[in-house]
Amino acid sequence: MTMIEALRDAMDVKLAQDPKVLIFGEDVGYFGGVFRCTAGLQAKHGEERVFDTPINESAIVGMAVGMAAQGMRPCVEVQFADYVYPAFDQITQEAARLRYRSNETFTCPLVVRMPTGGGIFGGQTHSQSPEALFTHVAGLKVVIPSTPYDAKGLLIAAIEDPDPVIFLEPKRLYNGPFHGDHAGKSTGWSQHPAGEVPEGHYSIDIGTAEVRRAGTDVTVLAYGTMVYVAEAAAERAGVDAEIIDLRSLLPLDLDTIRASVEKTGRCVVVHEATRTSGFGGELIAEVQEACFWHLKSPLQRITGWDAPYPHATEWDYFPGPDRVARALTKAMED
Amino acid sequence: MTGQPKLNFPHPPARPDQTPNFSAIEIPAAGALDVPPLDLQSVDSRDYANGMIRVLDDEGTAVGPWAEYIADLDSDALLQGLRDMLRMRAVDKRLLNAQRQGKTSFYLQCTGEEAIGCGFQRQLSGGDMNFPTYRQQSLLIAADYPLRDLMGQVYSNGCDPLEGRQLPIMHSSRDYGFFSISGNLGTQYIQAVGWAMANALSETGEIAAGWIGDGATASNDFHAALLCASTYRPPVILNIVNNQWAISTYTGVATGGARTYAARARGYGIPALRVDGNDYLAVAAVSKWAVARTRAGHGPVAIEWFTYRVAAHSTSDDPSAYRAKDEAAAWPLGDPVARLKTHLIGRGAWSEERHVQAEAEILDEVTKVQKEVEAQGTFVNPQPTSPATIFKGVYAEMPAHLRRQRQEMGY
Repeated sequence: MTMIEALRDAMDVKLAQDPKVLIFGEDVGYFGGVFRCTAGLQAKHGEERVFDTPINESAIVGMAVGMAAQGMRPCVEVQFADYVYPAFDQITQEAARLRYRSNETFTCPLVVRMPTGGGIFGGQTHSQSPEALFTHVAGLKVVIPSTPYDAKGLLIAAIEDPDPVIFLEPKRLYNGPFHGDHAGKSTGWSQHPAGEVPEGHYSIDIGTAEVRRAGTDVTVLAYGTMVYVAEAAAERAGVDAEIIDLRSLLPLDLDTIRASVEKTGRCVVVHEATRTSGFGGELIAEVQEACFWHLKSPLQRITGWDAPYPHATEWDYFPGPDRVARALTKAMED
Repeated sequence: MTGQPKLNFPHPPARPDQTPNFSAIEIPAAGALDVPPLDLQSVDSRDYANGMIRVLDDEGTAVGPWAEYIADLDSDALLQGLRDMLRMRAVDKRLLNAQRQGKTSFYLQCTGEEAIGCGFQRQLSGGDMNFPTYRQQSLLIAADYPLRDLMGQVYSNGCDPLEGRQLPIMHSSRDYGFFSISGNLGTQYIQAVGWAMANALSETGEIAAGWIGDGATASNDFHAALLCASTYRPPVILNIVNNQWAISTYTGVATGGARTYAARARGYGIPALRVDGNDYLAVAAVSKWAVARTRAGHGPVAIEWFTYRVAAHSTSDDPSAYRAKDEAAAWPLGDPVARLKTHLIGRGAWSEERHVQAEAEILDEVTKVQKEVEAQGTFVNPQPTSPATIFKGVYAEMPAHLRRQRQEMGY
């Protein structure tokens, strides 16, 4: 399966299993979503379970908060993560706080899916990676898969989670892995082992990371598209990197991170999002606190530049394998 | 004639150095409007949205079709309404005092608006859910919510159902149909629509009621709620409490050139009514109609309750800085308690003596509960909540990082 098909399958499984599950957002109903993630779901499960909404993100999430509090399990879509900002009030002030402020008498089992990340010539408002804006909010969970297998298992877990989950989908990975070489030929998920997705129900625990490549030289903390960029970079640099796909940013699997950095003594954090106050800052702080006496070289972060995502100069902006490879080499030299 | 474009800045009828003046407000005669069919369509609601449904006339007599519509509301039911409002007023009075004495950090009264929440709530059934703002404590009072819980929340003490997490007056009670209040204006309006959609989908037979003030109608979620209610037609009543003021900002700033807020809702394709919010009988009648309509599946309805915010915005506000002194006394729709009292005396069910006696009894009851609750702690006599509660309920299960932070604190 592609990641698109895996996500669709996750929603299909939950729609069939739980009458409380609802899917809605802009163009997700009859048309099946601008990325086809919900194609066929309305025809199969009916308009009362899968439907189109007006173009208003605050309305989409606000309705979902009310529904979730009443007992439904809404899994809603924001067409691009770049357009989540009108819903920021509902997500951060309402969904995230409802359980806490009502002393657990109202809860918000809600998933907000949103395509994220660049590498597609999306320009300023089709490429952003706003994860750090959500990891700063107590009460939210923040998840970002990098494979079709994880996408399905994590989305099922997110729909079943009793708390609100921000589910970021790297759209660059929708149809196949992307190692950052935009000039090279891209291959689809059918030729990648993680494209093997089981039928039916399975889930992956939110809050667990996955070691994608075992190594001894340096730990790379990555998520989304950057997992594959890191793989390419390790090969290019000839460094035996241990690449950890965080999968869940909040809560964070600190145990897996700590075990790796204590082994390697070196750590490079990679993300597409801009650098200043990005999630990388949090990762570096956690690693420094947890692994200080094991560190052999300064912690580094390779990220998008502190500028809005450009169109023409995309590949100078996107943290590609060359930049990551240089960081890996530097980590070994320091 | 053409000229230089000029901006318009709406102003209230009177500022502190001026005499109260409500001459621009048109008050239609009581009994002038019919009771529309339950399946009233937006296009047919123009007169209701631009006029004003009123039952009690200047003498306190119930007149017109809406009075007949609630003819079954006997003296006992109306006395219940009067007691609800007196209770509300007593609670507000006592808690305002408590704030002045430093026993709580904050309070906010609903003086002058008691009829709206009290009259509306008595028309709801168990399972119906209000999405209130911070000025609908009257819904809780008329739902017979325990005063102990209500006051405990304001004192953030051992009686507080929210264990001290929320600013005073941000109540929450699922069992009493009162959704958790948020400090963020407007947000609950669209949530009410979502809740009502879920009711329809799960066929509960229950309805939802959104609440918003005149000022907060400017928020994006007001638009979101009206639009989505219009699109999906769930069983929701969208209440707009127009009390003329948003802190210091005159209602004209939020209405702009529109004549009424009800008309604004009507523009979304939702039938809308405008009601004398200080007329308990009008509130009861229109609430009864709206609940019946909504429950029967005729879709959403919007109601503008026309009233006046008599008290300060909150204990942190001094209205004498921005509006005319004694403006409340000049308010043409009067006082909801006084008007219902006059009506009940007129129908021989009440008297000045019994009213004075009831006021005293209710104040005694409220004061008694207040003393019991204060024994569980106040700001000047705190009984500390365990700091470990800080970490409880952020998530259903406490994640590792929160457990580490709790341990760091020593718990």
